[in-house]
Amino acid sequence: MTTVPALDSPAHRLRAGRRLRLRAPGAGGRHRAGPLALATLVLVALASLFPLYWTLVAASTDSHRVISTPPPLLPGGNLFHNIGYVWHNAGARGMGVALLNSTLVAGTVALSTVAFSVLAGFAFAKLRFPGRGALLALVVATMAVPAQVSIVPLFILMKHLGLGNQLGALILPTLVTAFGVFFMRQYLTQALPTELLEAVRVDGANSLRVVWHVVVPVARPAMAVLGMLAFVQSWNDFLWPIIAMNGATNPTVQVALAGLGTGWSTDWSVITAGALVGTLPLLLVFTVFGRQIVGGITQGALKG
Amino acid sequence: MAPPTRTDRSDPAGPPPTTPQARRREPTGLRSRLHRWDHLVSPYLFVAPFFLVFAAFGLFPLLYTGWLSLHRVSLYNVDRADWVGLQNYSDLLFGPPSHFFWNALGNTVTLGVLSTVPQLLAALGLAHLLNYQLPVRGFFRTALLAPYATSVAAATLVFALIFSPEGGMANWLLGLVGAGPVRWEAGPWSSQIAVSVIVIWRWTGYNALIYLAAMQAIPRELYEAAAIDGAGRWQQFRNVTIPELRPTILFTVVVSSIGATQLFGEPYLFGGQSGHQGGADHQYETLGILMYDQGFHSSMLGRASAIAWIMFGLLLLVGLANTLIARRLRSAK
Repeated sequence: MTTVPALDSPAHRLRAGRRLRLRAPGAGGRHRAGPLALATLVLVALASLFPLYWTLVAASTDSHRVISTPPPLLPGGNLFHNIGYVWHNAGARGMGVALLNSTLVAGTVALSTVAFSVLAGFAFAKLRFPGRGALLALVVATMAVPAQVSIVPLFILMKHLGLGNQLGALILPTLVTAFGVFFMRQYLTQALPTELLEAVRVDGANSLRVVWHVVVPVARPAMAVLGMLAFVQSWNDFLWPIIAMNGATNPTVQVALAGLGTGWSTDWSVITAGALVGTLPLLLVFTVFGRQIVGGITQGALKG
Repeated sequence: MAPPTRTDRSDPAGPPPTTPQARRREPTGLRSRLHRWDHLVSPYLFVAPFFLVFAAFGLFPLLYTGWLSLHRVSLYNVDRADWVGLQNYSDLLFGPPSHFFWNALGNTVTLGVLSTVPQLLAALGLAHLLNYQLPVRGFFRTALLAPYATSVAAATLVFALIFSPEGGMANWLLGLVGAGPVRWEAGPWSSQIAVSVIVIWRWTGYNALIYLAAMQAIPRELYEAAAIDGAGRWQQFRNVTIPELRPTILFTVVVSSIGATQLFGEPYLFGGQSGHQGGADHQYETLGILMYDQGFHSSMLGRASAIAWIMFGLLLLVGLANTLIARRLRSAK
């Protein structure tokens, strides 16, 4: 599924979030959760987490135990054996290389998305130039163009650019996204005081200096959120990588996982070990930055 | 996230050769001309990267897809395109592959309904519960969002094992209550339900958190007024929460239906061990899978492009329908 176009101002949401946090616990809701509500939430949380826990369990068993009835519910002793196996063998050059490739692709995409989005977002938020309204409307309109529709020509295009089976083919189309530009524009419209800009302008600073010394410091929180969202999206992208990296000797995590799941191995303990290795980095990011990511998603999503 | 407190005009990091006053006194200098030039051009330079990337990798491919859909193009010789007019479309709609096309279209719709409707309803209910005063609220939020961090590939592989006919967790649980076993992957309905479960698992928490944020923005006074009028919790939910959430609900419906129209990863990898993406009998083959299959397995890039443009048309229809419904609801309110 696609990730969210933004339509509300991030700054506004951030401020709203802070107000609510001051009121917490129970912000908004006046009632204390009853036992039934709590029980439901606990059940749903379990259902959310259980497949992840079970990935760990399955990855720590062996090819027989993993498909036995009743299924194993406690981890076995094979985890590091299985992880070691996929680390060296899955996806042509092993999961280790795939992780490195995914980090490279998602990292580059995150950095460039943030950089270009700050520039464009700043221009749309605070600079006056002929055609600004029309161009901004165009940015919003491009969010409606689904990626899947352009897959075939993109494949041909990359072939012509000499990027068949190259990581660059995964990076180029998402160097900057409409979502990122709009997200930054919304944030900077609110968060960047126009007087501050005018003051620096009068001092004769050129535009790049203004961006570096005034805009970037203000935009930093939103840049972090956007960077993480872009990283997650790039890391988890599936259709385009399996087409662009088809038969690649240098796959990303998702391509390696696709290979794992379509007949490369019939040992489910090995397959789940691959899924575990491919998911852990993002789960770690989420445990550390979960609050900011949730904030970013909800800021971006509110109000159609 | 506070706005900057820095208001000092002189930039300590900058090396201005002259004082600001001195510079303002010579407005016709080279510096000033550069300044004006910078003022004029830099906005366009700043927005240019986005438009360049979009033109090259968004707009151009979109139009190129339309052109390709009128040609016969082989995957192995992409430089040669033979004009076939509307044949790719008529083949899909009425010709030999039409059986697969209509099947995939039907599956996309049923999978879309099966995955989106329960997902959004559950998300709404969960958001309501999360909005109560809760212990360990942060834990619940993180737990609900953990599936979102899981990639579609990893999630589908794990669920394929859960729904596996031999030793799968799902059949074991069914067995505990005396039901099953179900050959999940084989049947048209069972496989679509299983694929929907993967989608629902990955996206329910995400949507719940979006609803939660919208609920927290609802002014408390509305609830207080409703309570004074004697409305119970359920009535407050129905008469205050739902109407206030309408724009957010509409947004999630749009995003989810766009996602559902493009459903690919789950049906691609579910049952992947069999070597049939979308199922041996095409029982859960979506339009996305059909496009991939026609283009990159059967090497018919023209036909794949026609499927892509039909999907684009469907998405426009979905968008239009949502806009109309939204307008209807707004005028009804």
